[in-house]
Amino acid sequence: MNRRLLLPCASAFVLLTSFTGCGKNGDGGIVIGEFASLTGKEATFGISSHEGTLLAIETLNAAGGVLGKKVELLTEDNQSKAGETSNVVNKLISKDGAVAVLGEVASSRSLEAAPICQQNGIPMVSPASTNPKVTETGDCIFRVCFIDPFQGTVMANFVTKTLKATKVAVFTDVKSDYSKGLAKFFKEGFIKNGGQIVAELDFNGGDKDFKAQLTAIKSAAPEAVFVPGYYTDVALIAIQAKQLGLTIPLCGGDGWESQTLLDIGKDAVEGHYFSTHYASDAASPGVVAFVSDYKKRFNGKVPDAMAALGYDSAMFLADAIKRAGSTDSVAIRDALAATKDFEAVTGKIAINAQRDAVKSAVILQVKDGKFKYLETVAP
Amino acid sequence: MDWLLQQLINGLALGSIYALIALGYTMVYGVLRFINFAHADVLMLGAYAAYFLAPAVCTVFPLPSLTGALIVTLLSVMICTGIGILIEFLAYRPLRQRPRLTVLITAIGVSLFIEFTCQHKAVFGADTKPFPQLLPVHDFNLGGLVIGSNDLVVVVTTLVMLAALWFIVQRTKMGTAMRAVSFNQQAAALMGININRIISFTFGLGSALAAIAGILYALKAPGIDPLMGVQPGLRAFIAAVLGGIGNLPGAALGGLLLGLLETFAGGISGLSNYRDGIAFAILILILLFKPAGLLGKATVEKV
Repeated sequence: MNRRLLLPCASAFVLLTSFTGCGKNGDGGIVIGEFASLTGKEATFGISSHEGTLLAIETLNAAGGVLGKKVELLTEDNQSKAGETSNVVNKLISKDGAVAVLGEVASSRSLEAAPICQQNGIPMVSPASTNPKVTETGDCIFRVCFIDPFQGTVMANFVTKTLKATKVAVFTDVKSDYSKGLAKFFKEGFIKNGGQIVAELDFNGGDKDFKAQLTAIKSAAPEAVFVPGYYTDVALIAIQAKQLGLTIPLCGGDGWESQTLLDIGKDAVEGHYFSTHYASDAASPGVVAFVSDYKKRFNGKVPDAMAALGYDSAMFLADAIKRAGSTDSVAIRDALAATKDFEAVTGKIAINAQRDAVKSAVILQVKDGKFKYLETVAP
Repeated sequence: MDWLLQQLINGLALGSIYALIALGYTMVYGVLRFINFAHADVLMLGAYAAYFLAPAVCTVFPLPSLTGALIVTLLSVMICTGIGILIEFLAYRPLRQRPRLTVLITAIGVSLFIEFTCQHKAVFGADTKPFPQLLPVHDFNLGGLVIGSNDLVVVVTTLVMLAALWFIVQRTKMGTAMRAVSFNQQAAALMGININRIISFTFGLGSALAAIAGILYALKAPGIDPLMGVQPGLRAFIAAVLGGIGNLPGAALGGLLLGLLETFAGGISGLSNYRDGIAFAILILILLFKPAGLLGKATVEKV
């Protein structure tokens, strides 16, 4: 079976590479590689961030490019699959000669690409991977989003100060590192604020029945529930919580932000809160301009946080190349590391010693079937 | 006390769904002596059929309403019955004379084929789709207890289906033929029973049950995806084994027991992580002492 597949695969590979190999570096543009999950399970995240990146590159080129050269974006799809990322990133670096690499949303796949970029000394900027481990890989890896410890603390402060809750239940997805990390940092922050965790329950991502845990949560009588899950699970949790008469606010992180949360949850998700990277209805001039450009380019679609971060990752990289004054990887890396006060759509970014972005988070509330901006929390 | 009763209600509602799915597994096993692993995927197809039919039905009979829901369910049941018969015809019939293991592995293959074909974006796509509300929802409050109308519908449907199946198998001509085929295929054929027709009928009936279970499951958790059948299917299979596979009331009992165990284990802080582990450990213990299942061979005759 394998041997039968080998020949067609090999010939397809040769064909593909011989096409893309033609003069990619010859026309003097600056080649930037991008890997994203354009198909497969997390396709909605990947498509959003890719569209944001594309818009940024088009905007840069319309304004005359970077260092007087056009920027060329080469995008590769990793199909939301483990293993595929290393193939495409190797290709972007060794075959296409990318001076820097952008990608991706899911932390697990960014972690796969990071060692390859690090070994080749090519700077990598992740738009939206919030797991702290991603940039720990080495000094070439950066990100333009905040990390989970910050997000957990932000929600802990929000629950204490704005919701004035002192008793909280935590409901964690034990299958996801993202959820466990956020829950841990939320608990630490909340206890430090003098709060009390009255119940800790777990679920497995993909479960459909949460009533057992929700009944236990209800009997512990908390004033709010922290549910750091992904949108499909959260929608079902909200529905079943409502059925059980659990009317207290649910809170979560950026994994909530998807139209699917509203489509499935409908009125059950009304009034709940989550933290994320930016609000499309915020009044700042940068956001307003970005939202209108994006809508013009993509048929009136409202950009979500992933799109904004995709846009920021490209602009952030372009800014560093400008300051470096060259397309040399080491110079770009140094310029990225030296970034202070970069004005991004998702807020002002400073890069710290761990190469993470220090920036503010926003808190949104679900209201009338939409995500409404509530407040900005500074780091 | 409220807490305990509420968990009892949650557990019964969840267990009824498992019971309904387990009925389909156990009936096919009763006749053919093999596990139709594609049952859980027919369940998923039933939910998707309802998902695509609902907007069309909605133009004639506004949803949510009882009539609308019944019509959507009926149409999905017809589609799934056809799919079930087709699966049997294409995948299992050519293997009728082969060892059981071959058919069993084919069943797993059919299951994977349906799951992964449906995940392709030209078919359903891998993302979760919001399932429409078919029935008006009302939550009954009794003191501190909450009983959802959907949960009541699930329990009642399961009971009705159990009774209907029992009637078909024990009291109709078709059922007598099914039992004859289950007993000895060759002898049944010699008595003038059309084996192929009986087996097709069994698969059609099982798939109809799967479609109903799929729709009820989707009403309970209104987010559907091509892999939605895997988890409940696995549990229902275990419920069928627990009750004594091939035995209809046993499947229902096994489903209820599993639902209750899962709910009580899941409702304990600190243990909820291990809810499946605890539930299955207890099941293994029960099977150690009663290997034929709770209502296995000794008490009730095979379907």
